[in-house]
Amino acid sequence: MSDKIYRVNMKELNYRIEDVPEEWMGLGGRGLTSTVIAAEVDPECHPLGPNNKMVFAPGLLSGTIAANSGRNSLGIKSPLTGGIKESNVGGTIAGIMAKLGVKALIIEDIPEDDSTFYHIHVTKEHVTIEPCPELVGKENFEVLDAMLERYDKKVAVMTIGTPGEQRMMISNISVKDPKGKLRSHGRGATGAVMGSKKIKVITVDAEKYKETHLADPEKFKAANKVFTKALQENPISGEGLPAFGTNVLVNIINEAGGLPARNFRYGNSENAEAICGETMADNIKARGGSTTHGCHAGCVIQCSQTYNDEEGNYLASGFEYEMIWAFGANFGISDLDLIAKIDNLMDNIGVDAIETGVTFGVAAEGGLLEFEDGETVYKILSEDIPQGTPLGKIIGSGAGNVGKILGVVRVPVVKNQSIPAYEPRAIKGQGITYVTTPMGADHTAGYAVATNILNSGGYIDPLKKEGQVELSRNLQIASAAIDSTGMCIFVAFPALDDPACLPALIDMINARFGINLTGEDVTSLGARILKTEHAFNLKAGLTAADDRIPEFMKYEPLPPHNVVWDFTNEEIDSFWDF
Amino acid sequence: MVEVTVKLFAQYREGHFKAEPRVYPKGTTVEGVIIETGIPVEQFPIGVIMINGRHMDESYVIEHGDTVSLFPKVGGG
Repeated sequence: MSDKIYRVNMKELNYRIEDVPEEWMGLGGRGLTSTVIAAEVDPECHPLGPNNKMVFAPGLLSGTIAANSGRNSLGIKSPLTGGIKESNVGGTIAGIMAKLGVKALIIEDIPEDDSTFYHIHVTKEHVTIEPCPELVGKENFEVLDAMLERYDKKVAVMTIGTPGEQRMMISNISVKDPKGKLRSHGRGATGAVMGSKKIKVITVDAEKYKETHLADPEKFKAANKVFTKALQENPISGEGLPAFGTNVLVNIINEAGGLPARNFRYGNSENAEAICGETMADNIKARGGSTTHGCHAGCVIQCSQTYNDEEGNYLASGFEYEMIWAFGANFGISDLDLIAKIDNLMDNIGVDAIETGVTFGVAAEGGLLEFEDGETVYKILSEDIPQGTPLGKIIGSGAGNVGKILGVVRVPVVKNQSIPAYEPRAIKGQGITYVTTPMGADHTAGYAVATNILNSGGYIDPLKKEGQVELSRNLQIASAAIDSTGMCIFVAFPALDDPACLPALIDMINARFGINLTGEDVTSLGARILKTEHAFNLKAGLTAADDRIPEFMKYEPLPPHNVVWDFTNEEIDSFWDF
Repeated sequence: MVEVTVKLFAQYREGHFKAEPRVYPKGTTVEGVIIETGIPVEQFPIGVIMINGRHMDESYVIEHGDTVSLFPKVGGG
């Protein structure tokens, strides 16, 4: 049976199961979510109003045995950036939706009666939409437990905590992973949009699904073997990531002078050794726990981990570089265990690691609390934000808004979204990605760090302008295509250096659907997605003037290399010449 | 002789050190430093070499006061 579009209307509290329109047939993941948002959402709509939509779509290869294919995409108009947003996540949702035959789940409108929240449950034949007053005010792990009590333990769960209910700009949608922990549809206030539609939790049935249909199973298996080998033999995806996690980056980015510290004042942090991946791996070895953990079934990279305290009690999992940088280097907490405690709390309430961490940095700059004061951070996140106190609402509004409230000049955002863990002045290719991607400052949209710092895909000097626009463009086009397959973005490391990797990936898509895509087709798909997203943003009122770095980075030299952001507007805008 | 600070990262630390001042004959290249430290480059080939936070290759001749940072292939995001 062919895949269907499941369309839920929150005003009518009903649903339709529709055939997939011809023009959406070959799309999945980001390609599909961005196409649907561009086709069906008025770019000028208020992101928290009735005319915004949420589009959840598994990747083209999700639900198959393909290694690392379990990523799910969410498309919205973002209340944080005012532009289009694609957010992707691991967890079990993508595989389960794909196996159930859900090509996309589209959620429209908002209920007329806003006195309660709803629980949406999707099965092959039906969608139920029922009020769930008993879950209102609960945080994610409690909602998760309630769903596991009610359904098969494999059920897919997407939920918001109290920040999402309050439509905060730092809120995420949390997604159950294979071990019953949480991953996040992060960045861009995804949780606020779910909250605006009065949806507390979405579950997808995992009992009655079937295997995905493969047009050519033999060819698929053969291609997957080549692809898996490429992932396992690459030194980054095969060795570095499983051993040290993404947090291995702290030291190399710090050594390169590109680790933003103290709200983007410095490119080095004195806390690097205390919070780095090597220290984390040593702690895990000494305390029990595990350096390897996959965020989705079929992951062969296993970059995630389980991190315990000194007594061996669980502190956090999915303890990533961005989180550790944001609270360790940028906000100044030197105690890795305290950062882990904050991480687990943030998973529970469902807030974005980067947006929240950078917000605390700006708040410290503005005098609302002191840098390094992790105890106050913990208190605000565990009390003020869930309770919605004025302080909680302020922090919950994100870095750009907090900067305005406190009169701060050093506000590291692009399109009002916080800049992640790589300094654009010292890693200039990454800076080009931050300013040009339609997503607002986002590192995964075109990971130029690979070629600026990690010697993956060649080397382009991070401190010089030459070649950076082209590098970022090529990476953004490739990433948009990869985000459509359901593949984890870390397949980019073998893809950049192993010529067998990408052809095997394309072979799998062809064998899954019985088609004949070429490498060129995939590149043009990526380019088309980017242009679709860019066009949406222009219609939403964003202009070239929004493709800019915060001004302070143009006149404040960043130690240790004492570099400023020196691209001209023309150089930046030439990004779109393709 | 030139005195430099050698920093090791990721798998190179196991059985070796994190950061140490070390002395080498004048004219020593980074390749010479790598051999002298005995880090397992056969198992974990060199990914990135930085001198004072700038990317260099193995032929760079170290100078007094340099910080030499040696990384196997690492990545994340």
